[in-house]
Amino acid sequence: MTNLICITCPKGCHLCVDEDNGYTVTGHSCPRGEAYGKSELLHPVRTVTSTIKIRNASIPRLPVKTDRPLPKEKLFQCMDLLDALNAVAPVHVGDILASRILDTDVNIVATKTLL
Amino acid sequence: MFDVTIIGCGVIGASLAYKLSRYDLNVLILERENDVAMGTTKANSAIVHAGYDPAAGTLMAKLNVDGSAQMEALCQTLDVAYKRIGSLVLAFNDQEQQTLHQLCRNGIANHVPGLQLLSGEEVKALEPNLADNVCAALLAPTAAIVDPWGLCLAEAEVSVRNGVELRLNSGVTGIDDLGDHILVHTVSGSYQTRYLVNCSGTHGHEISAMVGPAEWQATPSRGEYYLLDKTSGSLVQHVIFQCPSDVGKGVLLSPTVHGNLIVGPNAEPVEDMDNCATTLAGLDEVAASSRKSVPAVDLRQSIRNFSGVRAVTSESDFIIRPSAHAPHLLHVCGIKSPGLSAAPAIADYAIDQLQTIGLELREKPSWDGSRKQIRFRGLSQAEKAAVIARDPQYGRVICRCETITEGEIVAAIHSPIPPCSIDGIKRRAGAGMGRCQGGFCGPRVLEILAREMHKDSMDILQDGRGTQLLLGRTKGGANA
Amino acid sequence: MNYDIVIIGGGPAGLAAANAAWEDGCRSICIVERDKELGGILNQCIHNGFGLHYFKEELTGPEYAGRFIEKLSATGVDVRLDAMVLEMTEEKEVHIVSSAGGYEVLQAKAVVLAMGCRERTRGAIAIPGTRPAGVFTAGTAQRYLNIEGYMVGKRVVILGSGDIGLIMARRMTLEGAKVLACVEVMPYSGGLTRNIVQCLNDFDIPLYLSHTITDIQGNGRVERVVVSEVGADRRPIPGTEMTFDCDTVLLSVGLIPENELSRAAGLEMDAHTNGPVVYENMETSLAGVFACGNVLHVHDLVDFVTDESARAGRAAAAYCAGAAHPGSRTLAVSAGNLVGYTVPQRIHMDADFKTATVFFRVRAICGKSRIVVQDETGAQLASFPRERLAPGEMENIRLPKSILDGAVGSVSVIIEEDAT
Repeated sequence: MTNLICITCPKGCHLCVDEDNGYTVTGHSCPRGEAYGKSELLHPVRTVTSTIKIRNASIPRLPVKTDRPLPKEKLFQCMDLLDALNAVAPVHVGDILASRILDTDVNIVATKTLL
Repeated sequence: MFDVTIIGCGVIGASLAYKLSRYDLNVLILERENDVAMGTTKANSAIVHAGYDPAAGTLMAKLNVDGSAQMEALCQTLDVAYKRIGSLVLAFNDQEQQTLHQLCRNGIANHVPGLQLLSGEEVKALEPNLADNVCAALLAPTAAIVDPWGLCLAEAEVSVRNGVELRLNSGVTGIDDLGDHILVHTVSGSYQTRYLVNCSGTHGHEISAMVGPAEWQATPSRGEYYLLDKTSGSLVQHVIFQCPSDVGKGVLLSPTVHGNLIVGPNAEPVEDMDNCATTLAGLDEVAASSRKSVPAVDLRQSIRNFSGVRAVTSESDFIIRPSAHAPHLLHVCGIKSPGLSAAPAIADYAIDQLQTIGLELREKPSWDGSRKQIRFRGLSQAEKAAVIARDPQYGRVICRCETITEGEIVAAIHSPIPPCSIDGIKRRAGAGMGRCQGGFCGPRVLEILAREMHKDSMDILQDGRGTQLLLGRTKGGANA
Repeated sequence: MNYDIVIIGGGPAGLAAANAAWEDGCRSICIVERDKELGGILNQCIHNGFGLHYFKEELTGPEYAGRFIEKLSATGVDVRLDAMVLEMTEEKEVHIVSSAGGYEVLQAKAVVLAMGCRERTRGAIAIPGTRPAGVFTAGTAQRYLNIEGYMVGKRVVILGSGDIGLIMARRMTLEGAKVLACVEVMPYSGGLTRNIVQCLNDFDIPLYLSHTITDIQGNGRVERVVVSEVGADRRPIPGTEMTFDCDTVLLSVGLIPENELSRAAGLEMDAHTNGPVVYENMETSLAGVFACGNVLHVHDLVDFVTDESARAGRAAAAYCAGAAHPGSRTLAVSAGNLVGYTVPQRIHMDADFKTATVFFRVRAICGKSRIVVQDETGAQLASFPRERLAPGEMENIRLPKSILDGAVGSVSVIIEEDAT
């Protein structure tokens, strides 16, 4: 049995995951929490939010995120990848700046429009 | 060859430079820090004392009363904030009432005008927030509040405008008295001068020791302060002192010229002249003592704490005399309280001393000793509109707490002594002095500084040398 | 210049108020924003977790702001950027200055105050020590990092476990800094639990509860800090000192509503929220002046700001449309046992509403409890069970008007903890 705090929403439910019984989750108050409990023990994932360099914009950094959660162990590899990524304005929110990164189906997308 | 070289550009060095700048002299100021007003000048009570406190007959007594009398006109000429609000010394018991009588007699002997002893009722009518057990007070109507670093900056700027040379980052490392002139060595080079004046504040004894055996001992004393938000600025209307006693002078509470309330200082001996740390015990002491005078003081309204070190020495009086070892080196040292109040008179007295040791003075045919600053917040609606119409940068408010505009910041950057730090802007224009302490405007001030001075943002400092603000760039570089 | 509604502040509160007022038919609205763009502090909150209630999806701060900005751009709402409000008078004259427009006086029928909040600083909590560079409020550091692209430090200690501090612990770590510790003077965290997990635990950053920084050392730049355990009185316990070699201290020690304009206009203020006293429609003590968002009370979730501000915007629109005044029959709502404050503090009992939402924070961690609403006779009007209540998490209850109609005198919100 593993006790977890759910991070899918601000409520922060205290979950209990039973590894010996098919990763049954208790303590959750929504299906997202149940999914989180299972995934956190089997293959934890996180959404990465950061910035990349941008040229010709009013500010020198463009905020970006992974469009879906990335395997947790690839967090810092993803950060290295972002270091090397450059954008040039105009960029629109949702624009894909790098696709299928680190052998996953995760893309890097802009989270702000910079014209 | 300089005629006069001044070591130190605090309010004493700047006052002297200002008064010397009207004469036909080559004057140099050597300042070890990266800006002026960096020592005790920026960390004190900001009070112009009336002058009842120093013992009659001392230099301190004479110069305090003279300096106080000059201050209002000087601040007006220099466009420096000054307010004559008067001071009250409180008595809480019979013994302290006796002390008030002594102070009053001493003040009369010092020629302090207008002193008045008040009953408990009378003082509480003036200051309703005082503690109930205040039983008497000494009112000194000539006491005032002033912007101490503003005064120092204004005097230094006008000096520079009138031809005085200012070398920052030029700490003195050695002095050679060569008989007909003096060679001063600094970290930025060596300078020849006919006369040298030691206005180096808490470090005065170190300069003195460069020409011979110690002439006095330094016994620096630190004082810690709270600065409260403007919401507390009208808690009292006068400078509120407690009676000096064996256990210390007690803390004062006073409005500041910027509209805040200042509370402090305590007095604690320190080894290191530059130890401007605050301590839990020190701040607690200040808090407890201030509540004795004004129980309602709310220290949760604090926006900043700071401490300053007093240039206390083994001599009780100011030390203003030529060195015993180098006849053309004039010490202007041991300038503790009431040094700020006395500053203009100290400069006069120092100039007299320089003349005594041979300096000749010839007034310049034209000398403009005045200065003017635009302070947006203080303007009327029509004046604000006019100043923005002239220069749109005055329409962009950068510091929200103090309503300081980009125009004022840019003017400060292009002033005769350009600042190199965010706190340098704070001292000149007031941005970052308010309740958010530069949280909002800091990044914007940094951007303006970098832009106007054609510097990389990474090179803009918070304050003195080594106060690096930004330690790198994300994503390994400036731009794409 | 005349407007029906002038909204002071173009962050999430101002945006939601403007959009709601427009939707309700008001066609003369101006937002005055002091920054160069709309969106307020959301622009620097590049992390995700926004919008779960409102959009039913997880957005970053700029995305959340972007949706409201886009919506606004389809309306005819005027926006004054880079414009600072100097004063709002009782007559609802809003005095503004800007480089573009000079000094202007906007005459409003209604004003919505949406100025947000500022961070508590080192000076406000009197941390002893020297005054080196490297002590930042978390939000200032966040701006440098996320918008300007600067690293403010390499080895960091965070004081306070507010959400911004926790978020910055993760951001700084991801950008290559070493976050040595997060230090919280209270025995519980000030931030959301999920942020403890995903911002501290994920990166093995220790959280020291009931600890504080008792000394900052260093001359040019921060060189080290001393951290001590504190007792129940929150005073440091001698002998518990730990030293951290670091170059940076980030402060996440609370937010203060920015109400200088409100105070200057003479609005009645609540000493607990540091915001104006408001009615259920977000109207302040000055008729036609409304307040919403962090200027009113500090929120943890922007979705609640949006709801609250939409309510203020609609009420301002109704006021301008000449809706009947909700009358003078009011019910006072106060904070009772274990409750720090309530918003609103008053309810117009003759106003047209079905339920009034009351927001509050508890003053201590509570286990299984009931939120009870009672009147002056002690009669219980409503009760809401909760598994857990924490000061770091704002609560809200919805009170049907029918229940409030039966109240004798004022009502208070109290917490009754279940016996364990």
